[in-house]
Amino acid sequence: MNAEEMRVAALSILRTIAPEIEPAELVPNRPLRQQVDLDSMDWLNFLMALHRQLGVDIPEADYRKLVTLDDLVGYLLGKQRG
Amino acid sequence: MIEFNLPSLGADMDEGTLLEWRIKPGDTVKRGQVVAVVDTSKAAVDVEIWHEGVVHALTLEPGQKVPVGTTMAILREAGESAGQVEAMRKQRSAAKLPPLAAHVEPGTAAVSAPHREAPAAARRPVSPAARRHAQELHVELEGISGSGPHGSVTVADVDKAAAAHHTAPLDRKAEMRRAIAAAMGRSKREIPHYYLSQDIPMQRAVEWLLRENEKHAVTERLLLGVLQLKAVALALARTPELNGFWRGDRFEPGAGVHVGVAISLRQGGLVAPAIHDVDRKSLVELMGSLADLVQRARAGSMRSSEMSDPTITVTNLGEQGAGAVFGVIYPPQVALVGFGRVADRPWIDDTGAVRALPVVTASLSGDHRVSDGIRGARFLTELHDRLQRPEEL
Repeated sequence: MNAEEMRVAALSILRTIAPEIEPAELVPNRPLRQQVDLDSMDWLNFLMALHRQLGVDIPEADYRKLVTLDDLVGYLLGKQRG
Repeated sequence: MIEFNLPSLGADMDEGTLLEWRIKPGDTVKRGQVVAVVDTSKAAVDVEIWHEGVVHALTLEPGQKVPVGTTMAILREAGESAGQVEAMRKQRSAAKLPPLAAHVEPGTAAVSAPHREAPAAARRPVSPAARRHAQELHVELEGISGSGPHGSVTVADVDKAAAAHHTAPLDRKAEMRRAIAAAMGRSKREIPHYYLSQDIPMQRAVEWLLRENEKHAVTERLLLGVLQLKAVALALARTPELNGFWRGDRFEPGAGVHVGVAISLRQGGLVAPAIHDVDRKSLVELMGSLADLVQRARAGSMRSSEMSDPTITVTNLGEQGAGAVFGVIYPPQVALVGFGRVADRPWIDDTGAVRALPVVTASLSGDHRVSDGIRGARFLTELHDRLQRPEEL
């Protein structure tokens, strides 16, 4: 997957958690959880869906690296290569 | 003969609209089976049945809006014949129900009318797909004219109606607001609340949780909120008068610890359905129950038992950043526990040294008709102690 494909995949998974979001309105370099209003359960569900659909396991210690959508896409791409 | 009535779905729900039946005459039903889907101001609820028997007749049709307690279906018990049940029904309706016209007086018309004389409009055939679609779009079926065979309402008819009435979701929002207003208004009128709070250091719980979660894949991770729920349920063992209901001027202890979890809905408003027997579930089981419940509450598919029988409610507004929450008790419950944000604060430890520790402010709203502050304080202290021993939760 390239960065654009990864972004689309992550957003489509995010929409299963928060169906009301408009991907076009998300600012990719601003904190994601505030923009989408995700509580810790939503966040965990999001990570579980990423795990299920993309096969990426994100350790809890890495949560703090995943603030923005850009962070997330970069992280997922890195995991894909590693 | 068993009359199956629309169950109460919480203090703020006194009527419901039947969306669809999941059973038909002749079916055998068992305890806990979902038999119907009923729409309330808050969500579509899967209504469970708690009797065993064979479905004799369905006395309510999809689309009808009726008050709690209205008979929805008649069941035959083991050993009863259809003829016997018919005879009993005739006898009962003759004894109980005077002719409809004599029954109509302000405020009661709605109670007696709907399940006897359904308006002709409600009998129009509606395809199940159209019904589901109407529910998704929050469109009332009653006003829609059907273009399908025999005037039946189709998915396209629903779309047309939805386009014409694009204000419908707003009405639903207003309806939920009114339901919350009614329940909370009643609570504040009737329940003499008292409020207590205690700051609880969470370092042990947070560190224990990190260590546990490190061992597990993302699909098996626990949230701190699950530890809090379990600690509340266990702490209630020492103060059972906080767990149960106020009914008919007296306290009725809960038959189990069924913790209502306040869940905010994405479209606004909130629900507080129960997780059953929280004190007897493992943390992993509880995590599963909570994840499932939040997901279903947001999708608007809860079960009737979850709506009707929480024995206490826990609200966690810390997620949204509130430092502490002093909640309004959800009648007929008699207590509500609130958790604020878990954040690093200066804390004086056992040695007298000041350290930065994760701390949470836990609060109790108690019903003074049932318990006194001293018991409430004991509960919070017990909750504090339980959260210092996370490995025992």
